[in-house]
Amino acid sequence: MPESILVLTHVDETGAILTKASLEAFTAARELAASLSAPLAVGIVAPDATLAARAFAGVNARILGVSGEAFAQARYVSDAAACEALCKAANATVIVAPQSSRLARVAAGVAHRLGGSVDTHINSIHAKTNIEVSRWFYRQRIEAVLTRAARPWLLLLDSGTYPAFVGAEDEIAIEQIKVELPVIRTTVTGTRAPAQNEQTIRPDAKMLFVTGAGWTKKQPDGQVHAAEAGDLILAFLHATGASLGSSKSLVDQGGDGQPVLPFLTHMNQVGQTGSTPRHPKGLATCCHGEEPHVVGWRFIADRRAISLDPNCGWARGKADVVYVADAFKVMAKVNELLGPKA
Amino acid sequence: MSLHIVVCAGIVPDPLQTLEPVTGLKGPALKNEMMLPAVLDPWSASALYEAADLVSKNPASKIWLVSLGPKAKLQQVMMTIAQKLSFELVAIDSPTTGFADAHATAAALAEAIATIPGLDRSKLLLFGGWESASRGAGVTLQIVGERLCISDQFMGVDQIEMREDGSFEVLERVEGGKHQASVCTGTPAVLGWATGNLPEPRNNPQIGMANMRTVMPALQKAKPVELGESGLLYLSASLPSQQRQTRVVKDMAPEAIAQELVEWMGAE
Repeated sequence: MPESILVLTHVDETGAILTKASLEAFTAARELAASLSAPLAVGIVAPDATLAARAFAGVNARILGVSGEAFAQARYVSDAAACEALCKAANATVIVAPQSSRLARVAAGVAHRLGGSVDTHINSIHAKTNIEVSRWFYRQRIEAVLTRAARPWLLLLDSGTYPAFVGAEDEIAIEQIKVELPVIRTTVTGTRAPAQNEQTIRPDAKMLFVTGAGWTKKQPDGQVHAAEAGDLILAFLHATGASLGSSKSLVDQGGDGQPVLPFLTHMNQVGQTGSTPRHPKGLATCCHGEEPHVVGWRFIADRRAISLDPNCGWARGKADVVYVADAFKVMAKVNELLGPKA
Repeated sequence: MSLHIVVCAGIVPDPLQTLEPVTGLKGPALKNEMMLPAVLDPWSASALYEAADLVSKNPASKIWLVSLGPKAKLQQVMMTIAQKLSFELVAIDSPTTGFADAHATAAALAEAIATIPGLDRSKLLLFGGWESASRGAGVTLQIVGERLCISDQFMGVDQIEMREDGSFEVLERVEGGKHQASVCTGTPAVLGWATGNLPEPRNNPQIGMANMRTVMPALQKAKPVELGESGLLYLSASLPSQQRQTRVVKDMAPEAIAQELVEWMGAE
């Protein structure tokens, strides 16, 4: 059966600019369409899809949009209706979309409405005789390659797996698709940062800084230095703009009444029951653990660790370099070298 | 306020176990999977504990725990979970793994929920994990919601706050370590939970004994279900090549390590 490709995209909180993940999905969809010699369409969900469509000026693709104030809010009922309408209008067999919180919320529901199938957290898409995709199972511990006969087939692409499309922005004609909205019972009232003084999770940062439970354990003087650890870590984050990840044990300590780093929440948790972010570099400090926990930096390309245990499962065979040293002393010196911002 | 909370919760191998994929008759599976100790899926467990918290604040409410898995494994996991909070178990007996098709799983769950005696779907809060620790797709709960015609769905939920008028506020995880806040006018709704904010309830043997009076009969009458594959075909399943040639640096002064790290951070 000849394939036709649709890429679903959406705007960021400004309401006018497509998200980076959407532009990455476009790259993947365009490569797929080219390898299959299949027609390509773009679907945009936005308050004003015409504005967002400027990013695709000069692109050889059919541009479809769903516009309206109802689509300024990321909510299931309106987004599912918008995506369903775009998919039906494009009549695509394969639909590529970013694994963003907005589209991950609705993709499976849309696939069900279309009578199709969905696969999420896709890392790569290849078209040979069939379309083959790869994704991880058991929290990034087993990698599988799979294909499906069912169409339409929705594929949610993990961010960071394809380069973001960059085009020449200009006016472009789009087909506006009308959407019949059901009764809306949910209102988005805004976004909130967790109860902490500053943002420590930065998905676009070049580096992930992972803190382990060792920061709040007794040090050689027999005392716990949690406050000093917090100061060192925050100073490093200020100086480098790194994103902060944490082992589960360190995040959980708050609930156990043990010394804590006050700026950590479950949102910082990486590993088996946390996130597996993608950054070019990663520096792990005072982390210990085996495979289930180490998946937290599975997608970090260049990894270094500071640990007192050279045989620690977090570092040995997993990091490119492990420094056998006291992280308190090393990070204090790093902050000195990074200068006044630290 | 009376809430009818249905928690969909699968079981997964204990995360500390070594997992190795093997090729079975129906595609990939885990080596010695039936021998691996199982636990309730972590995010589903968060959903269950949040459900218990809601019931404690709304005493006329009730929890049903709907779980699909091999009967023997379900029994093993229920011995622990049943001690933590009161619920009525709806068990579905199926030799499922993380490689099973989420669409087929959702169909089996939706059918089981639709036939729960006494469940008032106008009061329904459908809970579960936003993803699982096995397939990790975030697909099943949404499709169950669609099959039950629930069009208010929230994923990556960390908090729900019920209001006196029956409406509720939900915090969902979004990009950049933030939460999106939404207000829904009332039930029914689907909530796929992330970690939430509650600790694991302590074991209470009295609750366990009361629960087991209904859990064991539910396990005995668990309906066997064979999950279809919807044209899903696995071409490979393998462990990643994890081994890196780690350079172990010993006996280097903190100043020298710091200098090397700063140069490394600055390099492209």
